[in-house]
Amino acid sequence: MTLRFPLRPWGLALAAAVSPALAAAPAELAEIKAQIEQLKAAYEQRIAALEGRLAQAEARAGSADVAARSAQSDGKTAQATGAAASSGSRAGLATAFNPEVSLILQGQYKQMKNLPERGITGFWPAAGHTHDGGDADKRGFSLGHTELVLAANVDPYWRGQAILALVDSEVEVEEAWFQATGLGDGMGLKGGRFRSSIGYLNEQHPHQWDFADAPLAYAALFGKEGSYTQDGLQFKWVAPTETFLELGAEVGRGQKFPGSERNKNGSGAGAVFAHVGGDVGVAQSWRAGVAYLRTSTRGREAEIRDVGGLEGQGMFSGQAATWLADFVWKWAPNGNPKYENFKFQGEYFQRREKGSLACADENASGNACNGLADSYRRRQSGGYVQGVYQLTPQWRAGYRYDRLASGSPHIGASLAPRLDFASAVLDRYHPTRHSLMGDYSWSEYSRLRLQFAWDKSMPGVTDRQITLQYIVSLGAHGAHKF
Amino acid sequence: MKSSILMIASAVLTALFSTTLRADVAVFATVPEWGALAKEIGGDKVTVYNATHGLQDPHRIDARPSLIAQARRAQLVVATGAELEVGWLPVVLRESGNGRIQLGQPGYLEAARQVVLREVPPVLDRAHGDIHAAGNPHIQTDPRNYLKVGEALAGRLAEIDPANQAHYRAGYSNFAGRWRSAIGRWEREAAGLRGVPVLVQHQAFPYLCDWLGLKEVGSLEAKPGVEPTRSHLAELLARQGGQPAKMVIRAAYQADGPSRWFSQRAGIPAVALPFTVGGTPAAGDLFSLFDQTVQRLVEANR
Repeated sequence: MTLRFPLRPWGLALAAAVSPALAAAPAELAEIKAQIEQLKAAYEQRIAALEGRLAQAEARAGSADVAARSAQSDGKTAQATGAAASSGSRAGLATAFNPEVSLILQGQYKQMKNLPERGITGFWPAAGHTHDGGDADKRGFSLGHTELVLAANVDPYWRGQAILALVDSEVEVEEAWFQATGLGDGMGLKGGRFRSSIGYLNEQHPHQWDFADAPLAYAALFGKEGSYTQDGLQFKWVAPTETFLELGAEVGRGQKFPGSERNKNGSGAGAVFAHVGGDVGVAQSWRAGVAYLRTSTRGREAEIRDVGGLEGQGMFSGQAATWLADFVWKWAPNGNPKYENFKFQGEYFQRREKGSLACADENASGNACNGLADSYRRRQSGGYVQGVYQLTPQWRAGYRYDRLASGSPHIGASLAPRLDFASAVLDRYHPTRHSLMGDYSWSEYSRLRLQFAWDKSMPGVTDRQITLQYIVSLGAHGAHKF
Repeated sequence: MKSSILMIASAVLTALFSTTLRADVAVFATVPEWGALAKEIGGDKVTVYNATHGLQDPHRIDARPSLIAQARRAQLVVATGAELEVGWLPVVLRESGNGRIQLGQPGYLEAARQVVLREVPPVLDRAHGDIHAAGNPHIQTDPRNYLKVGEALAGRLAEIDPANQAHYRAGYSNFAGRWRSAIGRWEREAAGLRGVPVLVQHQAFPYLCDWLGLKEVGSLEAKPGVEPTRSHLAELLARQGGQPAKMVIRAAYQADGPSRWFSQRAGIPAVALPFTVGGTPAAGDLFSLFDQTVQRLVEANR
């Protein structure tokens, strides 16, 4: 390896400093002396620096791309550090990790009622969406998802990221995608499995949430994991404007609730979204968005009862069209959120489902609706608002209000009279929930949260829930979206 | 559905027409000092956007939509690096859809790569606090570092805008000349600070201490990035008997509570340094930034 020492600029500077000294007054002489001293110091520092760098370069590998680009002033004589970074151990830099690795550990203690058929009345459960009924539904101590995040630039054109959720005897691929980095003109392309950009909370993983669980709206829309994930492609474009404006579209397999697995060419789900955002003065910032998601499902199952109260199996097949609107507003004195800040967020959705409902008598109990099928149509809506105030670097407090409207199902005349409309998924109900949380962060990497919730997801039951939750992260410092 | 398509189309059109064509190089500086340096070198050939101002902690801001919109239009991003902006800049760069300013492109420059970093941790373990693997990122408190960063910056500007190459070279040598004589002046004014023991609120001043020969005898934060605790402050206070610090210094954007608490009990001045351009009203540019830094330290040492 060669370390070229750029003598020339210093020589020139020295000459420039010395030449006027020939005709200088004593006062100027003193100044020139000081300058020479300073140059000497800088010179010595630089030699020490190069020695240090040499030692460092020998002790580490990786990050050659960045180093090579900028180690030298003009970026063209950069072979020195680039070549130096080819051997040796990895003990050095966290940023030299290739890929960046981080591990999120989460777990909780939860106290709540023992409700055997826990769910959100008036909404179809997202079957198969959770693991043994879901972490959020376990009473007592439980371990949440352990998330392993791996990310890196693939080459100058692509970046890749995978987020694996480790659950007992199971590894779930939560996200695994590639992203173009160099398309330019504001264009972005992502492919693989990724959290859809619809809504605000949808892209956030549970460890980024301000509450221990997802809002009821997200649980009703996408299941307890509180997110819609696409297996497909996303294209988006950022406008070259001062106000942030982003438009995007996604196509995907659409196997996730409210869609279902399919065996067809083409795409099973499509989404479009638009985001706008900006600052108001130095202390406030905001983002607003609208999104539309279309999915289709075949054979979505839930328990329904017939007029006589006998249990049967309901199956819905059809389309779901979901509109989402979201708004986030943040305030921090002087725009410096470290010590004090406030965050308000709210989201609203409306979902229209249209298709057919079939009834089957699984237990052969003589169910009155057995074998019948007719049209099914329903409009549901809901949302949440929340505010979180950080009062010191460590303490935060927040309140969230959830409300849903299940709407009444419109079911064809041949089936409707045979059904009991008080069945959980067919019932007309307004689930609500109040949640209060307080959390403490020792550092950017560890947080303990206490949450109280008054959950009226089911009629006639007020479930008072207490959750004590921890979230810690190991490894690379994450960068989160707004 | 039809009306929503119309809505989106009109939004796109508005966006396109409000774009102004600029001949200047659009510089996105993560912190005001690099913005000011770009202005010193580029003059009227650059337009500078500073992602943070003097009272914001650049380590702790959000990846706000406004930053993404600005990064989308930038031709050159000047960051400090060394993980100072790690919590937001990677997101801003990725979300901007701007290929020119990505890592490894001419449009991305890290100042910390141009200088020798201090306090490179021998052991990477967060039990030692929020340490930065590459070293301490607060390089802007030593004026000598601006010469190296400025040289690199001028080179990048020339690479991005070759038509004005000569302008950037001249801008840099003009700045470097004035800067060197200013450094001489500051060093003379601050000569009395050599060997003076100081306490720092956060480990933000190794470069300043090295430059002026101040002796850092402790930090109010027991671990970097972890808020000062009462017990650690009490311990430092007890140490004042044997090894008295003459002042406690902090960056203007840090809460004044801990250093005020300490200053009152120890009977030594608490000094808020501008830390960057705009940190105090008087620190309006790079020169006045160091004028005021030196002045405040000298006054506290009287």
